Amino acid sequence: MEYFGKIFIILLSSILVNNFIMSRFLGICPFLGVSKRVSTAIGMGAAVTFVMALASVITYLAYYFILEPLEMQYMQTLAFILIIATLVQFVEMVIQKISPSLYQALGVYLPLITTNCAVLGVAILNIEEGYDLFQTLVNGIGGALGFTLAIVLFAGIRERLELSDIPEPFKGFPIAMITAGLMSVAFLGFQGLIK
Amino acid sequence: MASTYSDITKKALWKENPVIRQILGICSALAVTNLVANTLVMGIGVMLTTAFSCLTVSLLRNIIPVRVRMMVQTLIIASYVILVDIVLKAYFPDMSRALGPYVGLIITNCIIMGRCEAFAQSNPPLLSFYDGLMSGLGYTLVLTTIAIVRELLGFGTILGYEILGDWWTPWTVMVMAPSAFFVLAVIIWIVKSVTEKKDAPVKQSAKQEVQVSGD
Repeated sequence: MEYFGKIFIILLSSILVNNFIMSRFLGICPFLGVSKRVSTAIGMGAAVTFVMALASVITYLAYYFILEPLEMQYMQTLAFILIIATLVQFVEMVIQKISPSLYQALGVYLPLITTNCAVLGVAILNIEEGYDLFQTLVNGIGGALGFTLAIVLFAGIRERLELSDIPEPFKGFPIAMITAGLMSVAFLGFQGLIK
Repeated sequence: MASTYSDITKKALWKENPVIRQILGICSALAVTNLVANTLVMGIGVMLTTAFSCLTVSLLRNIIPVRVRMMVQTLIIASYVILVDIVLKAYFPDMSRALGPYVGLIITNCIIMGRCEAFAQSNPPLLSFYDGLMSGLGYTLVLTTIAIVRELLGFGTILGYEILGDWWTPWTVMVMAPSAFFVLAVIIWIVKSVTEKKDAPVKQSAKQEVQVSGD
């Protein structure tokens, strides 16, 4: 029972309290890049969720069953980035075969996930926190859901921003950052959920 | 391409500054800027990684097959990131703990890949090394500016030395995540309004010229 409590806390913390974008600043590039439309934001979120959950588990297995017995923990970064790149390529091929419509919908966002630092970030954090396999999976899914939540909300706000009158030098990036900052303040409100 | 050293310096530090002009490497720019000391260490790490990655890519540019160059570049960058990580862990364990996963994440910093791809791939080694160093410096300068604002207002200190005496009430928000977004937004806003004023007359005259020649 206590174990499930801990799982629940990990899930809650990775979705809301330690949201990848809002409090850890991981995955800002796609966050700013693909948040112009709500529909693309949802597609990106789905792709990231899928890759992140898989990547968490596989990097975990690679770390504890390959790197640790060989005492090559220092190769962690190199191994993880290769795993993620391969995984993204693999996922791309599978989706293309199984569901061409989904592949079309995700389009260019799939290969872009390789450069999403949230995926590598969650892999490194899992190892640092010393989670077991199931906790790793939960943390990966939770982190990705948090990412999706933030990017969809942000896209919703940005769609409305395009219609408003903004001073010239403030257009584009600065106003997006201020919006993200305000959202980050809102997410701070969740801090009290977990002691 | 005839790029000189002074050209590269100007471009990397101001005209094409990676952070404020090209909006690259934002993740780490936001994450490590709560204290000036953290930022400097991170900046030096990025500078060295970029410079040596560019040097290596440039040295190997005629050997690497074009098709697999992304993979090779990633491997080169990853090796240098691991070096930085190991050195930090060995000599500055406290700093390594403070920076947490962000050192390992230097590898996904788009600045390094961008410079390798855009410059080192088609330029001689020494020039590429210098270009990487300067791009890293441009990144570090912007980050340090953000960090100075955040540490000064958040703790009243710079590099741990007290600057703003007892009368100062620290702004707690500056220590937390949202302020990073705000400070970077304001810096880019200022830079944009300064440069747009400067560029505006040039653009207009250029437009007129086009019109004249069009007639």
